[in-house]
Amino acid sequence: MDLIRLRDVNKTYKNGVTAIYDMDLTIKKGEFVFLIGETGCGKSTLIKMLYREEKPTKGKIIVGGINVAKLRNSKVYKLRRKIGVVFQNFQLLPKLTAYENVAFALEVLGLPKDEIHKKVVKVLDLVGLKNKAKHYPNQLSGGEQQRVAIARAIVNGPKLLICDEPTGNLDPKKSMEIMEVLEAINKLGTTVVMVTHDIEIVKKMNKRVILLNSGRIVKDYEEGTYN
Amino acid sequence: MKYLRIFTRSIRDSIKSVFRNFSLSLASISCITITLIVVAVSIIMSYSVEKFTKLIEKDVTIVAFISNDVADEDINNIEKQILAIDNVNTKKVKFRDKMDISEEMMTSSDVFRGIMQDWSREESPIQNTYQIKVVDIEHIGDTVKEIEKIEGITSAKYGAGMVEQMVNVFDTVRKFCIVLVVALIIVTAFLISNTIKITIFSRKREIEIMRLVGASNTNIKIPFVMEGLFLGILGSIAPIVVTILGYTKLYEHFNGHLFVSFIKLEQPYPFVLYISGVLVVIGMIVGMFGSWRAVRKYLKI
Repeated sequence: MDLIRLRDVNKTYKNGVTAIYDMDLTIKKGEFVFLIGETGCGKSTLIKMLYREEKPTKGKIIVGGINVAKLRNSKVYKLRRKIGVVFQNFQLLPKLTAYENVAFALEVLGLPKDEIHKKVVKVLDLVGLKNKAKHYPNQLSGGEQQRVAIARAIVNGPKLLICDEPTGNLDPKKSMEIMEVLEAINKLGTTVVMVTHDIEIVKKMNKRVILLNSGRIVKDYEEGTYN
Repeated sequence: MKYLRIFTRSIRDSIKSVFRNFSLSLASISCITITLIVVAVSIIMSYSVEKFTKLIEKDVTIVAFISNDVADEDINNIEKQILAIDNVNTKKVKFRDKMDISEEMMTSSDVFRGIMQDWSREESPIQNTYQIKVVDIEHIGDTVKEIEKIEGITSAKYGAGMVEQMVNVFDTVRKFCIVLVVALIIVTAFLISNTIKITIFSRKREIEIMRLVGASNTNIKIPFVMEGLFLGILGSIAPIVVTILGYTKLYEHFNGHLFVSFIKLEQPYPFVLYISGVLVVIGMIVGMFGSWRAVRKYLKI
């Protein structure tokens, strides 16, 4: 079953720059997909459109059954509840502990405290940070901070996890640790779409790889064919 | 339950935020405090003036003196003309015969009796009068002039210019207070708006994350509007204390009268409690309006 479907998608920014040209793309439920390409090739624009940070100028984008292109601003939250997003710079709240950072995502949705506790503990365990729940971001290493961010992104059980260069700030060892976490999440059924510049990671992971250039998909490598 | 939890969370966040940007919050609170104190003074003054004006309206009587040359059968004609004047309260126009007046005067004093008891109706210099009440006290002067124009009326008198002057002074003060209050409310709303703007900027990352994890726009906005509301409530505390203590003291000090015996002050309770209620509500509205403005302008979601 398709989780993401793009048909004839174009994106031109207000300054006249076109970032995406006539793009067609389908990503199935449970897939792990890398988006690679040079800086400025449209990778970030593409994933921003998936979580409706940007709107396509033309075309149709369906994510988890929601037509993103036609989604009104006031209804964006409905899409976001189905998606988790992880960034290169972690985006953690410095005054909250690891536990509180993850719990924050559920608190704003109004979940009861005991349910929040159960979910947060479970997800911190999944990313291997159960024993650092009370640490503040500045007491954690880069890799650990990213794991907290991943925990926060998946705590609500999203269908899709979007990662925008999650290993960009990490050394190769820590990067691979993050990839292991992401793979474990993927195995639990969450679709993962990850933008990266790290070709080593892409090669090691043996997943589907989509190569973008100047706003177009130039190559779509099936699982295990990229090297 | 879910909405209650979100609501409780919003309250917690907004209270935290008030203390996080304490210096700015304090500026907003002080501004609301000053505004509300002026509002309280204006309300008390307006209320007292209103009460005083109503009292005067009830009591001030114009006495129109009818010339002794006017024949008895023409008096009805004069009455018709008086009743035709706009501001005259038609139900409160009373004719008083000169003999009745003489009688009254003689009863009140033996000196009068000595002089007046031998006067016949024709000899008596005392004039027939009409006692007239008006609808609108502010225009009593014009009404008197119109009455004086009626043929057969020698003059019309009322509590002299003093009453009018007093009403005018109070009215001017009241109008000035209203203008001052409106201006202060606008300034306060802008100041609160600015405080909330700073809060929004300082919580930018939090807002971004809230959006990412799927908090609805209302969910994100509520804490900021609540913060304005809290600033309003905090700002109304001092004015309420000042009103309750100040008014009670004022009432005791002047024995229930303001400056002169005929301006009666309202009993302190429950009057001050009503005013306190009004102050809180105004504070809340101004606070919410200010924060709503900031949320609409600076929270781009």
